[in-house]
Amino acid sequence: MPRLVRDVATVFSREISPELRSPVGIVLTMGQPLLFLVLFGSMLAGTGANLGAGTGDVWQWFVPGILVMMCLMGPLSAGHGMLSELNGGQMERFLVTPISRTSLVLGRTAKDAVTLFAQALLLTAVAIPLGMSLHLPGALATMVLLIVMAIGLSALSCVLAIASRPGGNLFWMVTQMLIFPITMLSGILLPVGAGPGWLSAVAAINPVTYIVDAARALFAGDFLNTSVLHGLIAATALAVIGLFLSTRAMKRCGRPVGSA
Amino acid sequence: MIRAEGLRRTFKAGKETIEAVRDVTFGVATGELLALLGPNGAGKSTTLRMLTTLLPATAGSVRIAGFDAAREPGRVRELIGYVGQKNASGENHRIRDELVTQGRCHGLSNGKARRRADEVLEILGIGDLAARTPSTLSGGQRRRVDIALGLVHNPRVLFLDEPTTGLDPHSRAALWDRIQLLRRDHGITVLMTTHYLDEADLVAERIVIVDRGRVIADGTADALKAELAGDRMHITASDTGAARTAAGLADRMPGVSEVTAEGRTVHVRIADADAALPAYLRLLDRAALTVTRAGVRRPSLDDVFINLTGRRLEESGDAYATATMTTATTTDEPIGAPHA
Repeated sequence: MPRLVRDVATVFSREISPELRSPVGIVLTMGQPLLFLVLFGSMLAGTGANLGAGTGDVWQWFVPGILVMMCLMGPLSAGHGMLSELNGGQMERFLVTPISRTSLVLGRTAKDAVTLFAQALLLTAVAIPLGMSLHLPGALATMVLLIVMAIGLSALSCVLAIASRPGGNLFWMVTQMLIFPITMLSGILLPVGAGPGWLSAVAAINPVTYIVDAARALFAGDFLNTSVLHGLIAATALAVIGLFLSTRAMKRCGRPVGSA
Repeated sequence: MIRAEGLRRTFKAGKETIEAVRDVTFGVATGELLALLGPNGAGKSTTLRMLTTLLPATAGSVRIAGFDAAREPGRVRELIGYVGQKNASGENHRIRDELVTQGRCHGLSNGKARRRADEVLEILGIGDLAARTPSTLSGGQRRRVDIALGLVHNPRVLFLDEPTTGLDPHSRAALWDRIQLLRRDHGITVLMTTHYLDEADLVAERIVIVDRGRVIADGTADALKAELAGDRMHITASDTGAARTAAGLADRMPGVSEVTAEGRTVHVRIADADAALPAYLRLLDRAALTVTRAGVRRPSLDDVFINLTGRRLEESGDAYATATMTTATTTDEPIGAPHA
């Protein structure tokens, strides 16, 4: 087995083992998206609004958005975990071993991807009794797309954690400031098209918008929609940028803050 | 086994450049236990971080078992164990899981890592804690876990950064017993930092004193005391006049380096005071001087530090509660030079 794969597996299994020991945590951390799904979604479905859902029903329009929402917030856990281990002695302990620096990020990112996949399955399953009609290949394809995005975001959150040393304030400032506007401006809860023109213009530079559009098309089984291609490009770009920056940051991470 | 040559490390804090380590050169022989002693902020931890590949040196070089830390950090990492100042086991992880992970980080197979995890748990006497998470452990137990993590891969060199800070005297003694056992059974080389004088005095075979980023002394505790502080003897005469005469007589004795008269008392710094005092008393007797009290004091490492710097070691550096082997503290604050 190549060294890197082995090292990633080591980090991944360390990160996943507490989750496996108390799997209820996986449900607890998806509380917010679940609330949005059950409460907000039910109301939205009740309004009977035309959301530009195309072929699908309201639920098929709404659920992929909530999946994206979950995949925006979930990956922060990698950075959060890393931040506390950077401030504690744990990261130093790994850095003094020959383990590949890259694997310290990739292992965490992989753990995020796996937990998010489990959560996405769970969330989708909850939506079925609420009235959503399921297109299984579409739903699975959506999840693959979102996992690609989540890997990028997870890696970026590690970069942010490394940059936030030692206090960690920067990490919380940036994430709190970004998550909500990105959620609003990507049309997760309501269609961006319902807002004024300037709003659509802003949404057009938000990569998540393309991923949301792609997720909706895929979720309804519309694989050949051009938005799928755009979304895939946006998600892949996020992943590539995230992995590139995080690998670079990790290699420099042994140095203390303010090192010359 | 360890060779640090002209180590230097600067940090940027805003526009200011801080020289954490200015010039550190020393070596540690195979199997030796060396203590880097110095006040908080002296550059001990920064030096240790350079020795363990965690921090690149601004200048100078580090060789561990012949491998250059800058050119072959991978080889160096295979050979060393490092126990930092902070607790190294993850809050949500079981102790044994962490040890297995650590073994795998060092390239051990799953089975080998498990066997080694059980072995080091046994060596450090914490086998009963294997299934617990760190938050349920006492400070002394956590420290043992940290040391176990540093030993999983059978390192030839163990670096300990303030290993006993925050521990009560009992845990401290127990920890040292374990470390001495390891040295006896496995012959590993140990380099530790400490700002506890008594600890350095008691456990270290050799002491390197660091102050303001420089090595200011290097030797065994006895040699440092003899060369840099010297024994002291003192007598109390019947009156100040007699004391002055006694001081004059002391000045002519062989091996004397310093004589001070203070009221009726005379302080003499002299080599081998145990032997010098009886001779001095005979001298005073022959001069018909009455001596009411006499005594000998062995110098402490603090005397050595005062002689070198004009400051007391435990009052130098940051305003951090000082503790000796006899005072227990329960805090576990990060201290020392800048660290991540």
